[in-house]
Amino acid sequence: MKAPIFIYYQLDNYYQNHRRYVKSRSDQQLLHGQEYSHTSACEPEESSNGLPIVPCGLIAWSMFNDTFTFARESAKLKVSRSNIAWKSDREHKFGKDVYPFNFQNGSLIGGAKLDPKVPLSDQEDFIVWMRAAALLSFRKLYGRIEEDLEPGNVVVVNLMNNYNTYSFSGQKKLILSTSSWLGGRNDFLGITYLVVGASSIVISIIFMLLHLKNPRPYGDNSWNKKSLSS
Amino acid sequence: MAGSGLKRRRRRRIHLSKLYTLTCTQAFFKQDHSQIGGPGYSRLVIINEPDSPEADSSSYSDNYVRTTKYTLATFLPKSLFEQFRRVANFYFLVTGVLSFTPLAPYTAASAIFPLLFVIGATMVKEGVEDWRRNKQDIEVNNRRVKVHRGDGNFDSKEWKTLSVGDIVKVEKNQFFPADLVLLSSSYEDAICYVETMNLDGETNLKVKQGLEVTSSLREDFNFKGFEAFVKCEDPNANLYSFVGTMELKGTKYPLSPQQLLLRDSKLRNTEFIFGAVIFTGHDTKVIQNSTDPPSKRSMIERKMDKIIYLMFFMVVLMSFIGSVIFGVTTRDDFKDGVVKRWYLRPDSSSIFFDPKRAHVAAFYHFLTAAMLYSYFIPISLYVSIEIVKVLQSIFINQDIHMYYEEANKPARARTSNLNEELGQVDTILSDKTGTLTCNSMEFIKCSVAGTAYGRGVTEVEMAMGRRKGSPLVLQSDDVEYNKEPFAEEAKVKGFNFRDERIMNGNWVTEPHADVIQKFLRLLAVCHTVIPEGDEDTEKISYEAESPDEAAFVIAARELGFEFYNRTQTSISVRELDLVTGKRVERLYKVLNVLEFNSTRKRMSVIVQDEDGKLLLLCKGADKLSKNGREFEVETRDHVNEYADAGLRTLILAYRELDEKEYKDFSVRISEAKSSVSADRESLIEEVTEKVEKDLILLGATAVEDKLQNGVPDCIDKLAQAGIKIWVLTGDKMETAINIGFASSLLRQDMKQIIINLETPEIHSLEKTGEKDAIAKASKENVLLQIINGKAQLKYAGGNSDAFALIIDGKSLAYALDDDIKHIFLELAVGCASVICCRSSPKQKALVTRLVKSGNGKTTLAIGDGANDVGMLQEADIGVGISGVEGMQAVMSSDIAIAQFRYLERLLLVHGHWCYRRISTMICYFFYKNITFGFTLFLYEAYTTFSSTPAYNDWFLSLYNVCFSSLPVIALGVFDQDVSARYCLKFPLLYQEGVQNVLFSWRRILGWMFNGFYSAVIIFFLCKSSLEPQALNHQGKTPGKEILGGTMYTCIVWVVNLQMALAISYFTLIQHIVIWGSILVWYLFMTVYGELPSEISTSAYRVFVEALAPSLSYWVITLFVVVSTLLPYFIYSAVQMRFFPMYHGMIQWLRYEGQCNDPEYCDMVRQRSIRPTTVGFTARLEAKKRSVRRSEPES
Repeated sequence: MKAPIFIYYQLDNYYQNHRRYVKSRSDQQLLHGQEYSHTSACEPEESSNGLPIVPCGLIAWSMFNDTFTFARESAKLKVSRSNIAWKSDREHKFGKDVYPFNFQNGSLIGGAKLDPKVPLSDQEDFIVWMRAAALLSFRKLYGRIEEDLEPGNVVVVNLMNNYNTYSFSGQKKLILSTSSWLGGRNDFLGITYLVVGASSIVISIIFMLLHLKNPRPYGDNSWNKKSLSS
Repeated sequence: MAGSGLKRRRRRRIHLSKLYTLTCTQAFFKQDHSQIGGPGYSRLVIINEPDSPEADSSSYSDNYVRTTKYTLATFLPKSLFEQFRRVANFYFLVTGVLSFTPLAPYTAASAIFPLLFVIGATMVKEGVEDWRRNKQDIEVNNRRVKVHRGDGNFDSKEWKTLSVGDIVKVEKNQFFPADLVLLSSSYEDAICYVETMNLDGETNLKVKQGLEVTSSLREDFNFKGFEAFVKCEDPNANLYSFVGTMELKGTKYPLSPQQLLLRDSKLRNTEFIFGAVIFTGHDTKVIQNSTDPPSKRSMIERKMDKIIYLMFFMVVLMSFIGSVIFGVTTRDDFKDGVVKRWYLRPDSSSIFFDPKRAHVAAFYHFLTAAMLYSYFIPISLYVSIEIVKVLQSIFINQDIHMYYEEANKPARARTSNLNEELGQVDTILSDKTGTLTCNSMEFIKCSVAGTAYGRGVTEVEMAMGRRKGSPLVLQSDDVEYNKEPFAEEAKVKGFNFRDERIMNGNWVTEPHADVIQKFLRLLAVCHTVIPEGDEDTEKISYEAESPDEAAFVIAARELGFEFYNRTQTSISVRELDLVTGKRVERLYKVLNVLEFNSTRKRMSVIVQDEDGKLLLLCKGADKLSKNGREFEVETRDHVNEYADAGLRTLILAYRELDEKEYKDFSVRISEAKSSVSADRESLIEEVTEKVEKDLILLGATAVEDKLQNGVPDCIDKLAQAGIKIWVLTGDKMETAINIGFASSLLRQDMKQIIINLETPEIHSLEKTGEKDAIAKASKENVLLQIINGKAQLKYAGGNSDAFALIIDGKSLAYALDDDIKHIFLELAVGCASVICCRSSPKQKALVTRLVKSGNGKTTLAIGDGANDVGMLQEADIGVGISGVEGMQAVMSSDIAIAQFRYLERLLLVHGHWCYRRISTMICYFFYKNITFGFTLFLYEAYTTFSSTPAYNDWFLSLYNVCFSSLPVIALGVFDQDVSARYCLKFPLLYQEGVQNVLFSWRRILGWMFNGFYSAVIIFFLCKSSLEPQALNHQGKTPGKEILGGTMYTCIVWVVNLQMALAISYFTLIQHIVIWGSILVWYLFMTVYGELPSEISTSAYRVFVEALAPSLSYWVITLFVVVSTLLPYFIYSAVQMRFFPMYHGMIQWLRYEGQCNDPEYCDMVRQRSIRPTTVGFTARLEAKKRSVRRSEPES
C-alpha cells in the first residue's frame, strides 16, 4: 500500500442522522464561543452546573473516544492526525479563539474529552466528528499513515475500547485504505455500471432484431386503422 | 316644404295598429288579474310621486346593476377565502403556521415564503380581472336617460339614479334603462317598436302599445300633475308575462306584457316614448333571467383536486407508517431503565422524543412528518397553471388566424382558466342569429313558371363544391372565405341575385314574361313593409317586421317593381309595363291583409288594381297551391333543391276574385273579427282558409338567411372532430330548420323527430284557459312524443345517425321537467342534430345544464346576444361572438371571438394544445414532486423516521420555485405535439381531449409510478455509490450534506431531462429553460455555499470544496441520471414503435416525410375520419349512398 494510507474508524447501526442528534448543536457557539447564548437547541447538553457548555449539544457530548496506536514490526508507525477535517470547517465554522469550557463536567459523561487549552479549530478529530454522517453506518477519518506498507508487513494495532456501542448493538471497525481520484474502493458502482450498460445493449439488440424481422414499410399505415377509442 | 308636410300628415294617418292584429296579446288575462294584491302579486308602484309618503319605493332596489365578483370591501376576505378553499392552499397554510412551532423539521421562513408568493400572485390576478368587469359596469350604469323632474320638465340623468315610479322619456335607438310601463309614444295610438335582440335574439321589431287612457300624454308638460298607481306582480324571470293594473283617477285598467318595455331592449322606428319605471336594477326581468356569474373550473382542475387528495392520502399514509416505526424505536430506546441509543440521551428528552410518552411523541412526529412530506404536494402547481394559462391566452389573443380584420377584432380569452377545457368539448350549444348567421337576409334565387333563376352561390354550395372538387384544398383555403362570386358589382344589402335573364328589365323577353310580371308584382305588393325616406331622390329604405320581408321588397325594387308608398288603404308601386315597356306608377287598393300565422303558414293580401280587378296575392310555405298545376313539378323540384341548399323558400300564388265572392268574404271576415268569443281566432282562420284556395302558382322564392363566412366548413370540421352541435334559438321553428339545412346540420334524408304542442287537442284545451289541465295534457303529450321518438330511434337500431330532433320552446318547458328530462336527454343524445327553437334564455340555460350534468361531458355554448347570457354562464365554456350587437354576451363569456368560424381553430388547435399542455404539465408536476418527496421518505427510513430532512432547508423550499419550475411552464406554454396545420388536417386528433386519454387515471398513475421508481433508483444508487468509502483522494468521507447534495443534483438532472424527453417541440426557449435550470442549481449551490455559515448552515462550501473537485461526484451523477431515465426511454420507444397514440401516428407521418405526398396524406386523413353524422362531408356521403341505391333500380 502506497502512502498516504488512510485510517478510518467505522460505526455501524449508529444514528448520527437522527433529528434530535443532528439538531443538537450550535454552529454559532462553535464559531463565536460563549458570547453566543442562544443554545436552546443543545438541550439537554446545553449547560451543566449552571454554566454553559462549550461545545454544547449531543454531537459534541457523544464524541468518539477510542484511541489507536499502530506499529509495524515493533516499530511505531507514525500517524498524522492533522489535515483530516474539511478546510472550510477548520477556517470558517469552528472559532480560532473558542476553547472548550465546562465540557463533560456533567453527571453523565458521554464520549471524549477535549483539551480546554486548544482552540476548537485545531481539534480536528472533533471537527470530523461534528460533521454528521448521512447514514447509520459510516466511516470517519482518524488519521494518515505517511509511509508505504509493503506486502507481508504485519501491522499491530493497540486500541483503547472506550466507546460504548454495546447498548445499541452497534459494531466498530477499523479500516486502512488508500484512495484514488475516484475516492475509496466501491465495487457496487462498477458492478451496477456493467449491469446497466449490458442491459442497454441487450435491449438495443432486441429492438434491432424486431426491426429487421418486422420492419415498418414505407407507407404502411395499418396501425392507423385502429380507432382511437379502442 | 310641401312634400315634407304632406309626409308627416300621411304618417299620422296611418294607424299602424290596424296593420297588425294584436289579438294574441289582448285576450285571456282576465283570470290572472284577480290575483293582484295576493301573494306574488303585491308590488305597488306610485307613478310620478317621488316624495309621496305612501310610496315605499325606497324598499325597491336601485337601478345599479353589478356584475363583479367582489366589491372593495369584500375583496380581501372573499378572495382569501376563495384561495384557501383550495384544499392544497389550506394545507400549506396549516403547515406554514405549524412551521413556527418546534415541530417543524425546517425553518419557518423557508416554508412561508413559497406560500406567500403563490397566494399573492393569484390574488393580484383575481383583482385585475374583477377591476375590468367593474369598469364595464360603470359604463352601463352611467348611461343617461331623460327623467321627469316635476312640473313637466325632463332632465338627463344617469341610469343608476332611476327609481321605481319615475317617468322617463326614451328616444329613438336608445336602450330602455329599466322595465317600463309604456304610457305614450310619438304615435297617436301609443304604439312603439321594440327590438328585443338582446333578450331573445330575434331581430324583427315587436309592437308594443300603451293604454288608451294614457296615449294622449304626448308632450312633456302633460306630465305635470300626472299621477297613477300600478299594482303588479313581484319581480320574476318570465319575459313573456306581466300582470298588473293601473289606477288612474279612480278607474282601474288592466296591464299586460303589451305595455311592458324591458330593460336592454331598444326603441326603434319611434321618435320617443314615455314610460313609467316599474322594475329597476336587479328586479328587472333581464337581470332576473341572468344567473350569477359563476366561477368556473375546468374538468382537469377538478380531477387535479382528486389527485391532490390522493397525494394527501399518501402523505398521511407515509407519515403514519413513519410515526409508528418512530414511536416503537423511541420507546425501545429507554425501556426498563436500560438505555439503548445512549448518544440520543433518551433519559432526558423533550416531549417530542420522550420514550416514556412514546405515543405522544409519535403523534407529534406525525405532524412533523406531514410537514416534511408536504413536498409531495406541488405548492407552485396552482400558480404555475395560472401563469401558464395567462400566457396561453396571450397566444389565443394574438393568433392572427383568429383576427377579424373587417371589425378589427381579435379573439379575446376573458377568463383564462378554461383554456384546456377547449380541448375537451363534447357538445357545442350554439345560438343561431348572429352566431351561425350574420343576421341578414338575401334574396338569392327564384323559380318562376318552372324556370330557375339566380346564379348566386350560397355558402353551403361553395363549401360542398370545394369539398367535391378536391378534398385537399380544405386546409389552405382560409383566404378563400372572403371570395365573393360577384364582388366587383356594388352590392345591395339583402339582394344577392344575379341573373342577366331577368335583371335590368330583360325579363320581358323571357318566354313566360306575363308570369314573371305577376310574380314580381306580388313581391312588391304582398307584405306589411313600411317605406321610409325621401320619395324624390328615389332612395327608399324599408322598415320591415322581419328581414326576409324586406329582402322581398328590395328584390322587387331591384328587378323593376319599386314599392315606394303606403297609405292606410293603398300601396304605390313604380313598375315596368309589359306592353309599352315604360315605367308607370300604379296604385293598388289594399282591401284586406290576412296575417301570417303558424298554422296556415302563409300571408295574403287582397288588393284591387287600377282596372278594378280584385286579386288575392298569397305567399307562404309550400303546401298552398292545389290548382294551377302548370309548373308544379318543376317548382317543387326547385324548392326542394333550394331547401337542401339551406335557403328559406316561399311559394307565391295568386287568384282573381269576383265581386260577389269578395263581398261574401268581406262580410264574413269582419263578422269574425268583431266576434268576442274565445274561438275568434279559429273563426278568422276558417274564413281565410276558404278564400285562400284554388290559387294559381307563380313560382317560388329563395332567401338566404346569410350564414357567416365559413360556417359550413367549420361545422363540418367540428363534426369530423366528433363534436356534437346543438342549435338553441329563440327563432321560429321554420327558420331554425332552414338554418339547420343551410349549415348542414340537417339534410333531406334525415328523419326529423319534431316535438311540439301544435295539436288540435292542446289548442282546444288552451281556449278553455284551465292552466292545470293544459299543463297536464301538454306534459303527457310531450312525454308521448319523446317516447315515440325513442321508439323510432330504437327501431332504426344502429342507423340512429340519420335522426334529427327538433323541439319548440313550449314543449321544451315540459321536456325539461325533472321527471322526464332524462328521457329527453337520452333521445337528444341519440340524434345526430338537435335543434331547439322558440326557446327562452332561461330554457337555453336549462338545456345547457341538462347536457352538462346529464352527460357529464364538457359543453361549450356560443352566442352573441344578451339572450344567450344564461347559456354562456351555465356551460362549461361560454364563447361570445363579439359581433355587431350588444356586448352582454361578450361580457359574460369566457372567450370572445369575432366569427363563428374561428371556433374551429380555437378548439382544434388551441384547445387541443392547451389540453395537452395542461394535462402533461399536471402529470409532470406530480411526477417531479413525487421524485423529490419520495427520496425524503426513503432517507427517513434510514433515520428511524426521525424526520431529518435529507437536504438543506432552502434546497427544499426552492426546489419547486427555482430548479424545476421554468421548464414545466415552458412546456405549458409552448409545447405542441403536432403543428397547427396537422391539428386541422386530422380533426380526429381532437378526440384525445374529448375521451381524455391524456389525463386518464392510467396516465396519471403512470407518471406517479415514474416518480416513485425514479426516487427509488436515485436514492439507492446514490446511497450505495457513496457509502461508506472515501469520497476523494484526500480520504475524506462523505457526510450527510454530501449525500444530500449528490442526490439533489441527480434529481435536478433527472426531472429536467425527463422533461426534455417528454416534450415534442424543442425550441431555443426549451433549451434555455431546461439547461438553464440545471445551471441555476449549480450556481445556487456555489453562491449559497459562499454565504456566511450562519445562513448557509450545512450547505457551506459543500459544492466548491467537496463535490466539484471530486471526480466520483460527477461520475455518480452521470450514472444515476442515465440509469433513472433508461426505463422511461425504453417505455416511450416501445410505445411509439408498437402502440402509437393518435398524435404519435401523426408525428410518424411527419417524420417520415410523407406529408408532402398528397395522395398518401389524403388516404390517411380519410381513414382517420370516423363516420360523421352532420356537416357537408356527411351530406356528400349520404348523396353518394342514395345515388348508389338508385342506380340498380334505374
